[in-house]
Amino acid sequence: MLRIADLRVRFATRNGPVDAVRGIDLSLGNGETLGIVGESGSGKSVTAFSILRILDQGGEIVSGAVRYGGMDLRQASERDLNDIRGREISMIFQNPRAALNPIRKVGHQIEDVLRQHAQATRQDARAKAIAALEEVQIKDAAARYHAYPFELSGGMCQRIVIALALACRPRLLIADEPTTSLDVTTQKTVMDLIRTLARDRKMGVILITHDLGLAGQYCDRLVVMKDGQIVESGTPADLSRAPTHPYTRRLVAATPHPGKKLHQLVVDGTPAPIPARGEVLLSVRDVTKTYAGKSGPVDALRGVSFDLPQGGCLGLVGESGSGKSTVSSIIARLQDASGGDVLFQGQSLCDVPASRFSRDPRRPLIQMVFQDATDSLNPRQTASQAIAEPLRRLGGLRAGARRDRVHELAEQVGLPANLLTRLPHQLSGGQKARVGIARALAVSPRLLILDEPTAALDVSIQALVLNLLADLRHRLDLTYLFVSHDLSVVQMLCDTVAVMRRGQIVEFGATEQVLNTPADSYTRQLLDAVPQPIV
Amino acid sequence: MTGTTQSHGFASHVGHVMRQNPVTMIAFGMLGLLVFCAVFGPALVPHDPLASGARILQPPSGEHWFGTDHLGRDVFSRVIVATRLDMVISVGAVALSFVAGAILGCAAGYWGGWPDAVISRGLDMIMAFPLFVLAMGIVAALGNTVENVIYATAVINTPFYARVVRAEVNIRREAGFVQAARLAGNSDLRIVALHIFPNALPPMMVQVSLNMGWAVLNAAGLSFIGLGVRPPTPEWGIMVAEGANYIISGEWWLAVFPGLWLMFAVFTFNLLGDGLRDIVDPRQRR
Repeated sequence: MLRIADLRVRFATRNGPVDAVRGIDLSLGNGETLGIVGESGSGKSVTAFSILRILDQGGEIVSGAVRYGGMDLRQASERDLNDIRGREISMIFQNPRAALNPIRKVGHQIEDVLRQHAQATRQDARAKAIAALEEVQIKDAAARYHAYPFELSGGMCQRIVIALALACRPRLLIADEPTTSLDVTTQKTVMDLIRTLARDRKMGVILITHDLGLAGQYCDRLVVMKDGQIVESGTPADLSRAPTHPYTRRLVAATPHPGKKLHQLVVDGTPAPIPARGEVLLSVRDVTKTYAGKSGPVDALRGVSFDLPQGGCLGLVGESGSGKSTVSSIIARLQDASGGDVLFQGQSLCDVPASRFSRDPRRPLIQMVFQDATDSLNPRQTASQAIAEPLRRLGGLRAGARRDRVHELAEQVGLPANLLTRLPHQLSGGQKARVGIARALAVSPRLLILDEPTAALDVSIQALVLNLLADLRHRLDLTYLFVSHDLSVVQMLCDTVAVMRRGQIVEFGATEQVLNTPADSYTRQLLDAVPQPIV
Repeated sequence: MTGTTQSHGFASHVGHVMRQNPVTMIAFGMLGLLVFCAVFGPALVPHDPLASGARILQPPSGEHWFGTDHLGRDVFSRVIVATRLDMVISVGAVALSFVAGAILGCAAGYWGGWPDAVISRGLDMIMAFPLFVLAMGIVAALGNTVENVIYATAVINTPFYARVVRAEVNIRREAGFVQAARLAGNSDLRIVALHIFPNALPPMMVQVSLNMGWAVLNAAGLSFIGLGVRPPTPEWGIMVAEGANYIISGEWWLAVFPGLWLMFAVFTFNLLGDGLRDIVDPRQRR
């Protein structure tokens, strides 16, 4: 159905031309699901964009052929392409909210597509739009027709985007990281939906993802891309059983799945020793948090209690909105609790309000690594300035000693010293994560709160960062509170797990026990959603 | 993408911004000419700008490039000498409103709540007046001096800065790097001043460049109607006002040359915007 031959794409940038895609050959049969797996910058999205010729500014297809059916898409006129886009070949984007017009009702947006491609008339557009919503399993579609995107959850929005993409019954769907911004359970429902629709309609699907586990579960055939080239292709089973290319081997190793040990994520990894558990370091007692919402008060936390011993690592697991980030920011003293108490080394943290905690002597002892490494670094500060920032206020070091400490920290987290003068946008995602970790470690904290530190990273970088964290925990005798939505990551790093839902802990216990014999139905649901290893 | 030092990086970055955008290069060239006139103009002009002569209302010639006015003064010399005064007024006014707007905008954007309500409504009130009339009123009330023209121009420009800063600060209030700065032991004041505000600079620079043009026009406008600078001091607004009387009788050069020079200055500042923004935006560096 689709055949790409020797595709080359070049981008004109400030530092001269960059070859994003260097000679790719791909083919896709009718009704086949093809997974393109690779890390950011590998050229997988650019390849997909080239099919519909929607490259960003400065991008140019240098050579190669893209044939769809009997048609040469590279030579096709813009008008023919407009006919094909949406009707023959459709696309789903990574961020569903950004892909929807925020001030137009979702039903109208579907109507627009239908009428654009003359699939509906003014009279029957509405009925067809509602039918399209029903097809993506939206309950009460007639009422949702009138909803605006901001009134819907992320998973709902992605379903709307899928409904939009499939409204005109295309024969090929390109899904560019369709579930990256979604929770695991939502990810599972969205991917199951795409698979069901593809089977029913005999539609070809190209799934672009960085998640080898996900691709392996849903695709018939995989290609692995690196630096604009295909390094390996085959069925998921072949690739995971006998990867031939070293990069694929690294990728397969780095993909977490239940039962895997942390050191197995990196090739030739060795397990880091686990520090001895001490006395209770942190004790959270019946903490509540109530926000003043537009329609009455909202209970973000309804009584959360747990103990964390010195040297322990507690995984706080839950989906967005479960309150796990609220708990962590209350413990980090970035906001105040509405009720309850937090004891640190036996003393209450809540007697000093969050607004004055920055001058508290205990401030250096509790530090945090943030979710989004890009957002958590000041765009105007170099890496060394960012790492030195806590030292400046809390460290009490002179300029010379501070510089030495920054270099020491950079070495600890494996950040090359020559990168210290760079600004955040000049660093890669993994390097930014390391800067964030170094900054948190700068003032020698006892308790480190890790708020999804690897959520925005590629799997192979995630593997390195997780191993680094395990190593640092042992070397510096740290206590971790690890906040995550990803159970497969938590099970490798943490010795205790707390599962949160709607502001409460629904299950708490040793990692093995919670994962192998979950007592709560919600925990089971979370476990089911984790992509299974491809064997 | 090599690890260069900060200062070297900045110099090469300015060079890059210039090369990237020819308009920026031209704008900075024009600004250079204006600054040169303001600094060295009075020492270099061929005639005393205040000395009247017998040859009145002469059209442009080799001796008097822009002609002479009704008192026989050299229009070219007066136009060039006036650059310094007009630049002092506009730069002074813009600097004052930049500082005042930054402080008010930071307070409103960071703390929100009632400080925001008070500051924002106060600024709305200023903006609700016809700005030029407000400036006239301020100068008339405070007294007819050059300093008061600067203050008046600053007052009417402050709301524009405050609004830009308020919006920029507000969207970064809960950003990750702000939380991180809090964890690093920074007080609220330090966070606003050292972490959030610098990130508002790029859009502010665009505002500065537009504002400089307005400030020049505003100063010239005030003296056009007889406020602020008084004759015989050379100033573009006064010269246009005086020259306007002679346009009907055919002596066009009295008003046209100061007017063109004024236009040149406003145009220069407006062209600077993109370049200034790119220079203070670290994300433009590679």
